[in-house]
Order: sequence, then C-alpha cells, then structure tokens
Amino acid sequence: MKMRIYVPRDAGALAVSADDVVAALELAAAKRDLPIQIIRTGSRGLYWLEPMVEVATVKGRVAYGPVSPADVPSLFEAMASHGPHALRLGVADEIPWLKRQTRLTFARCGVIDPRSLDDYRAHGGCKGFERALSLTPDAILADLTTSGLRGRGGAGFPTGIKWKTVAQTSADRKYIVCNADEGDSGTFADRMIMEGDPFVVIEGMTIAGITVGASKSYVYIRSEYPHAVEAMNAAIAAAKRGGLLGMRIGGSAHHFDLEVRVGAGAYVCGEETSLLESLEGRRGIVRAKPPLPAHKGLFGKPTVINNVLSFAAIPFILDNGARAYADFGMGRSRGTMPIQLAGNIRHGGLFETAFGVTLGELVDDIGGGTFTGRPVRAVQVGGPLGAYFPRTLFDTPFDYEAFAARDGLIGHGGVVVFDDTVDMAKQARFAMEFCAIESCGKCTPCRIGSTRGVETIDRIRRGERVAENLAVVEDLCNTMKFGSLCALGRFTPYPVMSALKHFKEDFGPAPTRLQAAE
Amino acid sequence: MSSLREPWDEKRATEIIAENAGHEGPTLVILHALQEAFGYVPEPAIPMVASALNLSRAEVYGVFTFYHDFRKEPAGRHVLKLCRAEACQAAGGDALAARAEAKLGIALGGTTADERVTLEPIYCLGLCATAPSAMLDGRVVGRLDEKRLDALVAEAQR
Repeated sequence: MKMRIYVPRDAGALAVSADDVVAALELAAAKRDLPIQIIRTGSRGLYWLEPMVEVATVKGRVAYGPVSPADVPSLFEAMASHGPHALRLGVADEIPWLKRQTRLTFARCGVIDPRSLDDYRAHGGCKGFERALSLTPDAILADLTTSGLRGRGGAGFPTGIKWKTVAQTSADRKYIVCNADEGDSGTFADRMIMEGDPFVVIEGMTIAGITVGASKSYVYIRSEYPHAVEAMNAAIAAAKRGGLLGMRIGGSAHHFDLEVRVGAGAYVCGEETSLLESLEGRRGIVRAKPPLPAHKGLFGKPTVINNVLSFAAIPFILDNGARAYADFGMGRSRGTMPIQLAGNIRHGGLFETAFGVTLGELVDDIGGGTFTGRPVRAVQVGGPLGAYFPRTLFDTPFDYEAFAARDGLIGHGGVVVFDDTVDMAKQARFAMEFCAIESCGKCTPCRIGSTRGVETIDRIRRGERVAENLAVVEDLCNTMKFGSLCALGRFTPYPVMSALKHFKEDFGPAPTRLQAAE
Repeated sequence: MSSLREPWDEKRATEIIAENAGHEGPTLVILHALQEAFGYVPEPAIPMVASALNLSRAEVYGVFTFYHDFRKEPAGRHVLKLCRAEACQAAGGDALAARAEAKLGIALGGTTADERVTLEPIYCLGLCATAPSAMLDGRVVGRLDEKRLDALVAEAQR
C-alpha cells in the first residue's frame, strides 16, 4: 500500500522550504523503492512547526515538524516503520495547541486537498449550500441574524443586516464581492483559508448570491498573495466542473459566476468603497457614504461586500444551525474568531477560538511569549490601525466592544507581539508614515495630517520643544480621527495615541528613552 | 527574470489590450497584463489603453500612478522585496533591511547600477508568523536571519 504523506503548500510553509522537503521525500522514497503519495494541503496554522509533515496511519495522521530537508532520510525511516523520531508530534488532531481551539471556519484548513472538490465534500463541505437551496431567502436571512455574525474584516457590522438590505433592494443586477485585500500586518487568516480551504469561501459567496439574488461575483485578492490567487483560481475551476459555480448550480435555477481580480499594491483598497472603485478600474479613492454599497455598490448596483472570513463562516451556520454558531462567544461578539498570532512570538499561527479569550492568554499562554525570550512590552492588535496594548491591559477580552472601550480595536484579528527592545516613538512614527504612503488623498486630515505627524514625531524624538509638539500630535490625531472618511485616516491615530498614552517614556530625546529603559 | 520579458511592441500591446478589454472595469486587468508581458507599463501604452476604453489619457495615467505595483521603467533582473510592516519589524526586520541596503549599496526602492537587483519594501506578505519575510522574484522566504538574508542577496546578485 502506498504511504500517504501530507505536506502543506501554504505560502507560510513554502517560505520555510516545504517544497525542498517534498523533493527530499520523493528522493528518499525512490531510493528505498517505496511507493508514496504526497498530498499538498493548506497549513494547520502551527507556523513554528512548519514545514509540518503528516503521514496517514491507522491511528490517524501523525505529524512531524519542523522538518528540514536534512531531516527527511531519518524521518522517512521513522514514518515507514512507525518508529520514534525527535520531530514526532503525535496524532495531529491531538496536538494540544490545535485541540484547545474551536475550529468552525478553519475545520478543514490543513486537512484537505484544497484543489479537490471531492475532498471538500468528503469533509462535510457543500452541506450549507445544499440546505440554502432548500430555504427561502428570508429563512436564510433569519438564520444569519440569529447567528450574530458580524463582519470579520474589522468593522464588525452585522452580516445579516447587510445582506437583508441588498435582498430588499430591487435592481436588474446585483453583485457579491469578497474583500481579500488583507493588507494588515500581522494578519494572514484570509490568505490561509484561500490557500487551504478555498471552497468554503466559494460556498459562502454562493449562498450570498442565492440569498440576495445576485449571479455575478468577484474576489479581490491583493497582489502580494500570488499563492492565494493561484489557489482560488484552481478552486474556482474545480467548483465550475463540480456544479457549485456556473449555470444552474446544484441543479437549481440559480446561476452564479465568480472571478478573481488582483489588486495592485494599494493598502487603502482594503476599504470597501475604495475596493469597489478599484474593481471598476479606477484609482482606489474612498467614496463617501451614503449611498451604502448595499444600495449602490459595484457599478452602481446593490452589492454585498464582505471579508473572506465572513463568507467562510456562512457554510457552518447554514449547515449546523445559527444557534450552534451563536452559542460561542460573549456579549455582542458571537461565534468564533480566527486570531492570528504574529511578530516576535514563540508559538505564532492561527488560533480560532470563541470570543472572550483574554489578550494575556493569547500572548503568554497560547503564544508562549516572545521567540527572542525577552519580556513582552507591547502588543499591537488589529493591524497598522490598531492600538498598542501594554501588559497592564492584558486582561482585555477578545471582543469588539471590550477593545473599543479601551481605545483599541480587534480589526481582522491580528496580534503582533514586540519585546522590550521596541522603541514606541518609532512605532508611532511608522503608523503616521504608513498612512502618508497609503493615503488615497481624498481627505485632507489623512493626506496632510499623516505627513505633519511624521515631522512632528521626528521633532519630539530630537528633543525639540517636546511638550508643545506632543500637543500638536494629539491635535493632529483628533483632526484625523474626526475629519476623515475611512478607517485609514480615522484609525491611524489609534496606534499613535496608544503609544503616547501607555509608553510616554519613549517620547523624548534618545538619552531619556535609554535612561527609562535601564 | 527580465530575460523572459518581451521588448516593447505596439502590435503586441494592441493584442493584450483587446484580449482584456471585454472584462467589466478592465483598466487594472489590462495594466497588469501589459506589465506581465513587458516587465513594466511602457509610456506609449497609456494612450492606447485610453483610446481602447474610451477614457482620457489622464484617467488611465491616474490609475497607473495610483497603484504601487505598476512600474514606469523595467526593474532589475531580480526583484527582492523585504517585508517592512510591523510584524517583521517586531522580529528584527529593520536591521535586516539596513543590512540588505548596505550589501547591495542601494536604498530600498533602488536598482543596482548593473541592473541586476531591484530592492523594494513590501507592506506585508502575510507571512507574519514566520517573520521576518521576503520575496525574491515570486518565491517567498521566511524566518530570515543574517545568514539567510545574505544567501538571498547573493542569489539575487548572480
């Protein structure tokens, strides 16, 4: 019997030589004349163990990692003989870091072959779609509302209300748009799911099409994600062959087409109206709202625009029931959130869990602190527009409202850890600099305020009239926050002000900072 | 990389534009296709796109200049992109970027005098749990340290 071996093709695994491991495995098999079958999966999201290689056994898939090509000869021996090996992690599903998660959206990621619709179906895929076909749009909308699902892109707007608005707006054409312009540093869940389980995104979008009466859709993927583009295109082709996309989907009267569009390196296009402009072939300039995209979106037509993770959450809700989803979470944050642990962290990766886990648990317990072994000093949650949290706020539960109450945001669920060597004035400066680079230019506070912000923080760091210049930064932040149309201008003040508030000792001429650190 | 690129050819550009003009909102699709073929978007292509889509030159030029990806001149033979966003900064990316600049003798955004290497910043490759990360001509590399970076720079210079 052929030995079945699973190796991720996820970009995070490729970045640490997964392809070389595959080549070494093939070589080892040829040398021993042992037939093997290598299945390329997505990643399970335990990135410190990547490349993580799994082999099918009677007890389940046994994992080894992190595997380097040099480990392969001895690893191959151990896999063939079921013997011990230093890199053996045991049955993959039983690895504690994985077992303590609640994987609803990411249940199949890292498990299935992301190019095989059959494999997707064999692991429970398409059931939400099939159930949706048997329901009225109103019944689907009721399910969605009951589930409590809120937009996973960052704004947290109730998905049910958004879809209902589009469903109730009459038009000759409607669109479904998936926002896969995941530009926030520290986030990679969209990339992982597109590379590891793209069918769940397609299924969620298809259900949206059935619900609101749209037959054309786009997934707008950033150009920095070539592997995700390739994976989505392969999955779309397979879905067309399998009747999940195209004419008369699933034997119903519905038609639904999906096309990948690739961005061109503009962070602001992650903002939904800017993304729509870009899809239409224009500069990614933010639109004023109203009109809402739900009324006048892509090409002026009613449009459902949701994040990848929002669409990916839908099939579970339709298949298992809205209650099953809503039973997880806290307060108004229902269900699970795929949290991404990144930066200077020992156990970085994808941790899907119910809302309510505290920041401290995530960083110290689950993440294991820093990989440099130095103390954690600051954690940025929610990407470049998210606040920096000090250790004193580690009791904050992962929840939209709890983070907002502490002048932060959970955004797209990225958590970036910094050790005690971080210079927070430099990070505040970077937030302003990034905004200056990426501003679309429409709103003056964002366009000019960010550049003035960089200059003013530079003055503070040189020790020039520190108190006056700190007041200028604060004033700039307020102007940006209240005078900009979209999240880029409105939220760039979050990392800046949080750095000022919680790490004030870093703002001053360099000698002061050094003294403070001693 | 650039050896695979076609030299500028108006007829070929006309074909590329015609092939892609049928999409809804085709401007970005066409610009991507032109850059894929020629390695950059040659200036004479801008009025051609405008004419094919019934847009003004200014509109097409405006789109072309808005997006960081589109090049107005060819890049070096190899393009090395270093992730400069927060997760990579937290993992020591600043020092590695400075090291790459020193090794190549150019600043981020520049191309070496022999046109072998273009060094660019990129704001997030989504490899934030294997930071710091980079991309050499489409190949991703994570867990960079000085040794791995030096090897990457040497490979780009070859």
